[in-house]
Amino acid sequence: MSDEGTEAKENKEPKEPRWVERVAPKNVDWSSLAVIPFLAVFSALVVGAVFIIFTEGLGSVLPAYGALLRGAFGGWNSISETLLVATPLIFAGLAVALGFQAGLFNIGAEGQMTIGGLTAVIVGISFEGLPAVIHLPLALAAGFVGGALWGFIPGVLRAKTGAHEVITTIMLNFIAFRILDYILKQPFTQAEGRFDPISKDVLESARLPRILTWLPVEGVEMLRLNLGFILALAVAWIVYWILFKSTIGFEFRAVGANPDAAKYGGMAVTSAIILVMVLAGGLAGLGGSNETLGVLGRAFPGFTAQIGFDAIALALLGRSHPGGVVLSAILFGALRVGGRAMQVETDVGIDLIIIIQALIIVFVAAPELVRAIYRIKGGEEARQLTRGWST
Amino acid sequence: MRNVTKRFPGVVANDSVDLTIESGEILGLLGENGAGKTTLMNILYGLYSADEGEILVDGAVTKFDDPGDAIAAGIGMVHQHFMLVPVFDVTENVVLGVEPTVGPVGTIDMTEARREVQEISTQYRLEIDPSATVEDLPVGIQQRIEIIKVLFRDAEIIVFDEPTAVLTPQEVEDFFGIINGLKESGKGIIFITHKLGEILEIADRIAVLRRGKVVGEVVPAEATEEQLAEMMVGRPVDLVVEKEDADPGEVVLSVTDLLVRDDRQHTAVDRVSFEVRSGEIVGVAGVQGNGQTELVEALTGLTVPLSGMIHLGGENVTLVSPRFMHRNSVAHVPEDRQRSGLILDFDVAENLVLNSYYDEPYSHGIRMDWDYAHQHADQLIDQYDIRTPSSTVKVSSLSGGNQQKLIVAREFSRDTKLIIASQPTRGIDVGSIEYVHARIVAERDAGAAVLIVSSELDEILALSDRILVMYRGRIVAEVTGGEATATELGLYMAGLST
Repeated sequence: MSDEGTEAKENKEPKEPRWVERVAPKNVDWSSLAVIPFLAVFSALVVGAVFIIFTEGLGSVLPAYGALLRGAFGGWNSISETLLVATPLIFAGLAVALGFQAGLFNIGAEGQMTIGGLTAVIVGISFEGLPAVIHLPLALAAGFVGGALWGFIPGVLRAKTGAHEVITTIMLNFIAFRILDYILKQPFTQAEGRFDPISKDVLESARLPRILTWLPVEGVEMLRLNLGFILALAVAWIVYWILFKSTIGFEFRAVGANPDAAKYGGMAVTSAIILVMVLAGGLAGLGGSNETLGVLGRAFPGFTAQIGFDAIALALLGRSHPGGVVLSAILFGALRVGGRAMQVETDVGIDLIIIIQALIIVFVAAPELVRAIYRIKGGEEARQLTRGWST
Repeated sequence: MRNVTKRFPGVVANDSVDLTIESGEILGLLGENGAGKTTLMNILYGLYSADEGEILVDGAVTKFDDPGDAIAAGIGMVHQHFMLVPVFDVTENVVLGVEPTVGPVGTIDMTEARREVQEISTQYRLEIDPSATVEDLPVGIQQRIEIIKVLFRDAEIIVFDEPTAVLTPQEVEDFFGIINGLKESGKGIIFITHKLGEILEIADRIAVLRRGKVVGEVVPAEATEEQLAEMMVGRPVDLVVEKEDADPGEVVLSVTDLLVRDDRQHTAVDRVSFEVRSGEIVGVAGVQGNGQTELVEALTGLTVPLSGMIHLGGENVTLVSPRFMHRNSVAHVPEDRQRSGLILDFDVAENLVLNSYYDEPYSHGIRMDWDYAHQHADQLIDQYDIRTPSSTVKVSSLSGGNQQKLIVAREFSRDTKLIIASQPTRGIDVGSIEYVHARIVAERDAGAAVLIVSSELDEILALSDRILVMYRGRIVAEVTGGEATATELGLYMAGLST
């Protein structure tokens, strides 16, 4: 036997620092874990600057990006808004990331958010007089269950019939939107005196309380950040624990990486697929509830505001890792909030933010491009996130 | 190739390798997995660039930046895993990428293409129907398409990477005829393998690689298998499995009238009955695709048989799950380690607990004990001599032999009552084969019942105390291990003798 033992051509994995191994015990090499996403963001900002130069001139780049940064992080109000926008992105991002880890492409986060947000509202406008310690958890649970149901359907279809989740989740999105329209026109949900589909206000006892009101700063009543953000961080940690520290997560990841080997290892592949979709739907449902029980206080058509689709992008950027999802969500929140400030203070439109987000995804999706630009050597083969259409 | 060196971080894959190949010659390139054969050929084919050294074609220094350059220089490669589009026909596969065209818009001239394919096929005696759909063709014929592809691109040097690994004994004979024909027409052939018998039979010259270096060049007439094995491994190797006569005990596995259908609802295992006793090795011989795969899947709980009974130690286990079999001391070395035996993207420790993660001490409730799993892995790495830098390395970076040792370690390190091993040494090197065989015999001697399924006759003959031959889903013969000959078994396997 040869002493080198390993096939030479693949023996180029860099030695990772111990903590990276701990954060992501799953063979993610250093460059793909953090360096590539970071460089992708950086490159997107550079290309974004080129757009600014063409539309507004060279002198506008620094003021625009300065306004972006200040708008996102320059002061309590900015930080509060950034994290507020990031919160539903965290939930929905986790919903997509969990699917990716199990080899499932969950495009249905938007629909799962819709149903979850709706069921949370139904509970939230009912049960008048219930104390908040019971009412709020109950409403959140309803949101989770609603989303979970919307994940269960494509999960079962995939596991039992092989219907691809990309197709079924997209279709279920549309069904969810129409269900929302319909339910919101019913007398028990529709706001009194309104003829358009809009729900009654969620009762105070089911509202997510604001969490920065104790700060000794001026304008504290403007800080809208609520308990949902803390909940999102806690949920992200739970998802991390399930994925990397539990037997269930081991099964999820095994099913995602090689279903044949998972079956050989005695895992129940079909129930794993269903469970993943149920949990993913539940996570997205919490994201929807976070909106309806938090900042909006009611449900109306389109309240999910494409968050479920942005979630796909940020799950990719976050490498489908819960920690990465949290960071990416905060980045997207910062871009969104900072972009508003940029639009007000300079003449650079908020559309630039959309362009930057899209560019980030292009760069993340093409790690070889980033490696080529910055001359990073090596790297692993592109990780297969989902299986083919037919299998 | 002169003085070629290729380094990867931490390892020199090729160390000042010199290699010449002349036209009309078959050069056998012999070496274990990880010895640097593949790297060397990838350099020749333009997939990697060498850190040092140069490649000369017809005396001129040539530089290959990508396979396109190599192809243009007349180098062709037939990969171990075929690169064919299953739903295309033979001609479409051959011309893919270099289609002959007519007219101003470049319409593909399929008539011309078919004619050229037919011409090559006749010229080199590669019998083939140019308009047959690839997925309907047997593996041996698919390999011919790969060869025609290379010839269509005017290759003068053809590299074959482990070409016989997927072929039946009969197909191997045909294949040798083909490459001898290519040799006579003046092509230079590089034949990569670690099968010693084959290389002695077909090569004109043999170069042996070990740890990235050419450790010797020999002529077949002056070499024996033992010598070659020693050159490859660097120490004397036992090519014969040492074992005592079997001492069979009580029946462990009993199969009665088992009927299994495959995915396409064809009867794959046709009312098969047999027994395996503790302390004996039963070998199932047969050309691949005669129901062995489905038989093993049914025995291990991966497929549900249509009818019949399977008993394990007297208990009816016909309809149980893989997990049940595993918990009841059944070890399973699967046929295709990369498809179902391992998760290549996972690390060594994760793969070592792939089918026991749900039990103590690897997990407590739903909490995985990764610290324990890694300790356990370190222990097995040591005990089973798995060559890996650590237990946190991805399995995909291990050589085939070490991947197989990992599976053997996982399956044999528990209490084993029954071992079901399918193709236990497919595609692994001599040193690892010796090791795996010794472990199997040791498990038998420790009282396990062993069922070996292999399409390698030599392996069946070397290990088995009793041999069953499968042909078209039925057991057509049962012979005693010591008394069987390869010729006799070959006739049964081909369905020519009953």
